Amino acid sequence: MAKVLMKGNEAIGEAAIRAGCKNYFAYPITPQSEVAEYLVKRLPEEGGVFLQGESEVAVGYMIFGAAGAGERVMTTSSSPGISLMSEAISYIAAAQCPAVFVNIVRGGPGLGGILPSQGDYFQATKGGGHGDYHLLVMAPDGVQEAVEMTMQAFTLAEKYRGPVMIMGDGLIGQMMEPVEFPDDLKTEPTNKDDWATSGMDFRKSKKRNLVKSLFLDPTALNDNNLALKAKYEQMKKEEVQFELYNGDTDYQILITSYGTMSRVCRTAIDMLKEEGIEVAMLRPKTLFPFPEKAVFEAACKDSCKAVISIEMSMGQMVEDVERCVKGRRPVEFYGECGGDIPSPEKIIDIIKGLL
Amino acid sequence: MGKTFTTPKALSKTHTHYCPGCTHGIVHRLVAEAIDDLGIQGKTVGIAPVGCAVLAYNYFDCDFQEAAHGRAPAMATGIKRVRPDLMVFTYQGDGDLASIGMGEIIHAANRGEKFTTIFINNAIYGMTGGQMAPTTMGGQRATTAPAGRDTAATGMPLRMANLLAELVTPGYITRQAVLKPQQVNKAKKAIKQAFQYQMEGKCFSFVEVVSTCPTNWGMTPLDALKWAEDTLLPYYELGDYKVPE
Repeated sequence: MAKVLMKGNEAIGEAAIRAGCKNYFAYPITPQSEVAEYLVKRLPEEGGVFLQGESEVAVGYMIFGAAGAGERVMTTSSSPGISLMSEAISYIAAAQCPAVFVNIVRGGPGLGGILPSQGDYFQATKGGGHGDYHLLVMAPDGVQEAVEMTMQAFTLAEKYRGPVMIMGDGLIGQMMEPVEFPDDLKTEPTNKDDWATSGMDFRKSKKRNLVKSLFLDPTALNDNNLALKAKYEQMKKEEVQFELYNGDTDYQILITSYGTMSRVCRTAIDMLKEEGIEVAMLRPKTLFPFPEKAVFEAACKDSCKAVISIEMSMGQMVEDVERCVKGRRPVEFYGECGGDIPSPEKIIDIIKGLL
Repeated sequence: MGKTFTTPKALSKTHTHYCPGCTHGIVHRLVAEAIDDLGIQGKTVGIAPVGCAVLAYNYFDCDFQEAAHGRAPAMATGIKRVRPDLMVFTYQGDGDLASIGMGEIIHAANRGEKFTTIFINNAIYGMTGGQMAPTTMGGQRATTAPAGRDTAATGMPLRMANLLAELVTPGYITRQAVLKPQQVNKAKKAIKQAFQYQMEGKCFSFVEVVSTCPTNWGMTPLDALKWAEDTLLPYYELGDYKVPE
């Protein structure tokens, strides 16, 4: 299929349809309401379900219900909305249901602002709601990757029977870029007969299914948490995605950055290269599982003097970077999170200060 | 003469954890009988609340999901919208539905979602141990209203059936009770009717059932039935509040 020019939010909606998701529930919030405005037109054409819920709290449970019944389902929101959905996300993780959540992050805390931010890194990667759980989190750096990750998200959600999050930001949601929708990223839904509440009449085994998160017996609760932990360990082995940019040089500095911020860093790296200064960037594409080994190895390259995490936050991913570098190199941080994205020139100044 | 009284197929053989004299068991049976009568066990999905009935799925033999506190109507919406061929019901108590879940129930009813809600109103929180509910009567004692509910400070008890009947959206809204045999028979008819409206794709259906909680009311089961009859029924009047055309 030829490339089409699309706004990030609309492309995410289209990607869900192309991935075989026909069900979308959402509540309006800036800067991602275009997803709903796009899907309200597109889903009826596909015989799908569109519903605007009364709140993000309710939408979280609409997703839970639909996912529990075994259907592919997605919602999109932005930071304060994801906070409200985090109650349901915890339940969905515990009850082991596949569902896709898109967070087009805006500035916080509180109402914050409506401009791009990466301030929800902790929330996305460390749980967000109550209890021991993680989401598989992917962070696109543009509209094309947002499309591909959204399509992969449904496959991964079913593979791990759990919630998957796409963590974009206001810029990725709002900007237009040429995109294509790779057919090979569409997968057939897995068979969910052994757990989904799809109605006993509709399954070969006439055994009833339960979707629940309450385990009053401590052994049963521990077992459920161990089952979740086993999935996270498997994700760490099989799902880590990252990009090492300019990594085949004798770089002096390693930047860690993701999403929109990584694009600015990429430009800064190219500009520094023209001055004869080699800098590399490790860009996690999955924030959970985090590319732990890749960060360690890239930081430990002989030529590398220091690592700097550059984020649109006050310092969140840097904690994971420090954990992975294990003290082998100094780890610095630079971040802005009011909504202004640091310029390449600003990044260049900061890098030069480290040399 | 053959068997005239058996365990409904849609009810499991598990003993319930409900207290002596609690009317949950009666309502569970009525729901199961209605499912059997309509032959819909294989396409029914129940939704358990948070509260005493959180373990309801242990007592029914059909698919079940378990919601968070108050969120059952949103969950039912999700299921029913993506699988309109299923028969979906929520089973909720008064703390769950009338307090923390007020937003979800009002909006689901107002959208005319085609599922059924069985609402157990026993005027108190059960599972957490007798705290004041939005349906607790003025002067009624609760652990968080030890001197009796002060309606000047906490408002008047919420009448959910009356409130939902005020919505302009069509629906089947009824209040029943299970304090006497004739009421039990009527409640059974109402529950079956609610499921039928759902199967016809007609409207949202809501059956409030005035029930007892002898343990948290601090009464014997018999005294609880009498107190409910004397105190709850004059305020929570029984009958159909809205029927679809």
